[in-house]
Amino acid sequence: MKTPVQFRLNGDDVAAFAESGANLLDVLRESVGDLSVKGGCWQGTCGTCTVLIDGLPRLSCITLAESCAGKSVETVAGLRRGADLHPLQSAFMEHFAAQCGYCTPGMLMAAKALLDRNPNPSREEVVDAICGNICRCTGYEPIIAAVLDAARGDNRRRA
Amino acid sequence: MSVAVKTFAKLADAAGALSSERGARFLAGGTLVMRALNEADPSIETIVRSTDPNFVNIALSSGRIELGAGVTMAAILAERDLAFLHPVARAVGGPAVREAATVGGNLFAPSPYGDFAAALLALDAVVMLAGGFGQREAPLEEFLGRRERGSALVASVVCKRPAADAFRFVKVTRVHPKGVSVLSIAAQLPLASGRIAGARIAYNAMARAPVRAKAAERALEGRTLDAAGIAPALAVATDGTAPVDDAIASAWWRREILPVHLRRLLIGAGHA
Repeated sequence: MKTPVQFRLNGDDVAAFAESGANLLDVLRESVGDLSVKGGCWQGTCGTCTVLIDGLPRLSCITLAESCAGKSVETVAGLRRGADLHPLQSAFMEHFAAQCGYCTPGMLMAAKALLDRNPNPSREEVVDAICGNICRCTGYEPIIAAVLDAARGDNRRRA
Repeated sequence: MSVAVKTFAKLADAAGALSSERGARFLAGGTLVMRALNEADPSIETIVRSTDPNFVNIALSSGRIELGAGVTMAAILAERDLAFLHPVARAVGGPAVREAATVGGNLFAPSPYGDFAAALLALDAVVMLAGGFGQREAPLEEFLGRRERGSALVASVVCKRPAADAFRFVKVTRVHPKGVSVLSIAAQLPLASGRIAGARIAYNAMARAPVRAKAAERALEGRTLDAAGIAPALAVATDGTAPVDDAIASAWWRREILPVHLRRLLIGAGHA
């Protein structure tokens, strides 16, 4: 049984037919073709599928696709600013905050949710923002440093 | 796996569908039901949802708190007047989970999940149930004891606001800053002339559903919150518990450490 789903994805209107009851992750990857969002556990525990829905972090694997009708969905594919990387992406590169890279899309979106809400986070706030995202490679410290650095860089540009 | 998804504007209509349709499950935040769907749970044939604004409403009056069952942990964290519950809400997953996880959903979370339900149990909460029969209420303790049976829909949870500084909570995990509970303890410790009067203590992950520590509550009555005063309660801390072995901890370990963390909580050295 297919059901129509319409929402905004990274600023563009998209429409797809999804299996009734399908999760947003599967619809993004299989019906819409946005392969930037990754699936890890499909249980809501690893955080790699994190996207922003109406600006708030959500786990796409446990989000009913139909519940996103009319909403704004952001994935890591929409992070770049024209030809330039988002400051978070640049900071992740500079701090070697990705090794295997599988958690990176979710980490970036969790961090973006934080910086959109709080441009000057403390280290503790960064740790809390990514505490639902599992990374088995980096030991987290490079990721925390990258998010803090991205925040400082964004602030410098605004000053 | 394809299932029927039915969305209702009124909670009463959703409750009717839930009780009348075979294989129907109610979807709130998705942390339980979407996971079951992803695992192709064959018992789910229909997903029932509701967009009723009352389902996500927080109603606060001087002494009364009513939380719609669809209120999320993030919404509780955004409510300044519920600051005493913030450590509990913050203990539920990371930010993305907190945007989804609901008060009502936590009442159905299998052990070792259910930290928020334990807090509500310590607050003597009452569950407001919607069903084909209309709305009725049930004590949370009674509801948790038979939550696997019946098809009533939780509309909201009601409790009294605890006295200032009377509510305490601790969650014990192996992974920091965030992990699944080895156990959690919530306590409401009202004082009268410096002595405990009507304590409520609830544990999560010490049985298949959150449970009251009634022996410890009785042992605390009229006592002071110091080492000598709490000793009788610690001696019976594990009475009435039936923890299970799981990937997080063994039942033996849970029993061993429970009195340690209860002591810290009672003498004020607990941490969220």
